[in-house]
Amino acid sequence: MTGELRADTGTPEPAGPDAVGIEGLRKSFGANLVLDGIDLSVASHEVICLIGASGSGKSTLLRCINLLEPIDAGRILLWGQDITRPGIDQNRVRRNVGIVFQAFNLFPHMTVLRNVTLAPVKALGASRRQAEQEARALLERFGLLDKQADYPDRLSGGQQQRVAIVRALAMQPRLMLLDEVTSALDPELVAEVLDVIRELASSGMTMLIATHEMSFARDIANRVCFLAGGRIVEQGPPAELFTSPRDERTQRFLRRITDAGRL
Amino acid sequence: MLGPPQTSFGEPDSFGQARRGSRLLGSGRGAVAVSTASTIVVLAALAALFLLAPGSAAVRHTFFNPADMWKSLIGDPRAGYYSVGEALWLNIRMFLAAEVLILIAALAIAVVRQSDSPVMFPLRLVSTIYVDVFRGVPLILVIFAIGFGLPALNLGFVSTQSAAVYGVAALVLSYSAYVSEVYRAGLNSVHQSQVAAARSLGLSHTAALRYVILPQAVRNIIPPLLNDFISLQKDTALVGVLGAIEANKAAEIFSDTVFNYSSYVVAAILFLILTIPLARFTDHLIARDRRLRLAGGTT
Repeated sequence: MTGELRADTGTPEPAGPDAVGIEGLRKSFGANLVLDGIDLSVASHEVICLIGASGSGKSTLLRCINLLEPIDAGRILLWGQDITRPGIDQNRVRRNVGIVFQAFNLFPHMTVLRNVTLAPVKALGASRRQAEQEARALLERFGLLDKQADYPDRLSGGQQQRVAIVRALAMQPRLMLLDEVTSALDPELVAEVLDVIRELASSGMTMLIATHEMSFARDIANRVCFLAGGRIVEQGPPAELFTSPRDERTQRFLRRITDAGRL
Repeated sequence: MLGPPQTSFGEPDSFGQARRGSRLLGSGRGAVAVSTASTIVVLAALAALFLLAPGSAAVRHTFFNPADMWKSLIGDPRAGYYSVGEALWLNIRMFLAAEVLILIAALAIAVVRQSDSPVMFPLRLVSTIYVDVFRGVPLILVIFAIGFGLPALNLGFVSTQSAAVYGVAALVLSYSAYVSEVYRAGLNSVHQSQVAAARSLGLSHTAALRYVILPQAVRNIIPPLLNDFISLQKDTALVGVLGAIEANKAAEIFSDTVFNYSSYVVAAILFLILTIPLARFTDHLIARDRRLRLAGGTT
């Protein structure tokens, strides 16, 4: 199942091209220019954190990579394949790219197990039995096996978000996009979700993470990108970017975060 | 004449609030006693008004004559009239056939109208015009047009159906337009983020619609849908104008033969017996839905 999917997105890892290559990406909503020429490359197994004020374009960038938003200019390559050219099979691209949203977006009319197995069964054509077996293994790995028969509204926010991550992982993606996944959570529920992400990072998952959790970004990211005004203003290893930011806007942003006691 | 709101319906501001107990009776122990007493007073007043009216005896004889009510319920073909009770069976069959067809046709129309692909534009245009036209034309005119128009076309199969079949066709044409709008409201009630979540997992547009959007949409529209079907049950009586012997037509034949209107009261009672359970079932679903929403916190 996975082998076949990997074959259609490009050359095998690790010698192949970058996992993500973004060139001159522009996107606007009406008159509002949200992404103003983004260039970014992400190597396989790399973990990138996107930071920046609300409205700086982090979420839009992630949604573009998942093809949830059509782009205006530029291109996006995944493992060397241009996914923004016309005629691309969007569903096929999305099966390799998992995305997790701020608001969880679980399907409220399905149990946890059905939430996780729906896409493998209906999009990949896996047998229900096999999909459930794999789903249970994933749920167990993230401490959610006892919730498999529950409906989402029975779960805490942290549990829901972990289920959303498991649901994305069930498609065996090669890239995970996390869009402020802890922003909607009560403070005491943030840690359990961050632990899951740490586990994913240590298993070698390539990830692009939009986040406001600076200390988390600092210890998980290989590279941190600071976005402002729809551009990547500054990027570098977290130790560098957080301690000696060069750009004036980055400095101002980090100072405000520090003043708020978030770093 | 309207006066202040009756206590039996609770405080005006209680509308939409969470309450245990029956909405119809109001809440609290005192409310049941008050609503019982006021119901008795109102009914007694209406009964007195009816019995004391100058024409009361004549009306009772022509509309509520037990012997004639019984005769029309059973029917007597030799005397020239049909059983209203048996004729109701045709209403039920027409209702069931129409209901299934409406559910399918209306869903198809709603999905077409909700699509945003340019390829679908001609279909979208046709279904928009269709909904506008059939919501605007009175049902009785649609029944006439189909029931008398199609046979006049002399078009073989299309022109040789029974009155009941033409009636069902007219009901389906008219009601599908309404019900498609109910479906559309339901589809719109499902948040766009559910579509994004489904598509982001690699589900096709059709799969997302079928497994994620529609189940949630249908759950939201069951009460209005049942409301339309209560209305449909009654409207099967209109097919009598084409000559189909349904309950209303049978009652009409009885009154023309025996010169007594009690048969219409029988038909009315039978329709009530048919529609009231569905109405109560709808209320039950609405109440259950509200409880679930409250229990679940959000959504």
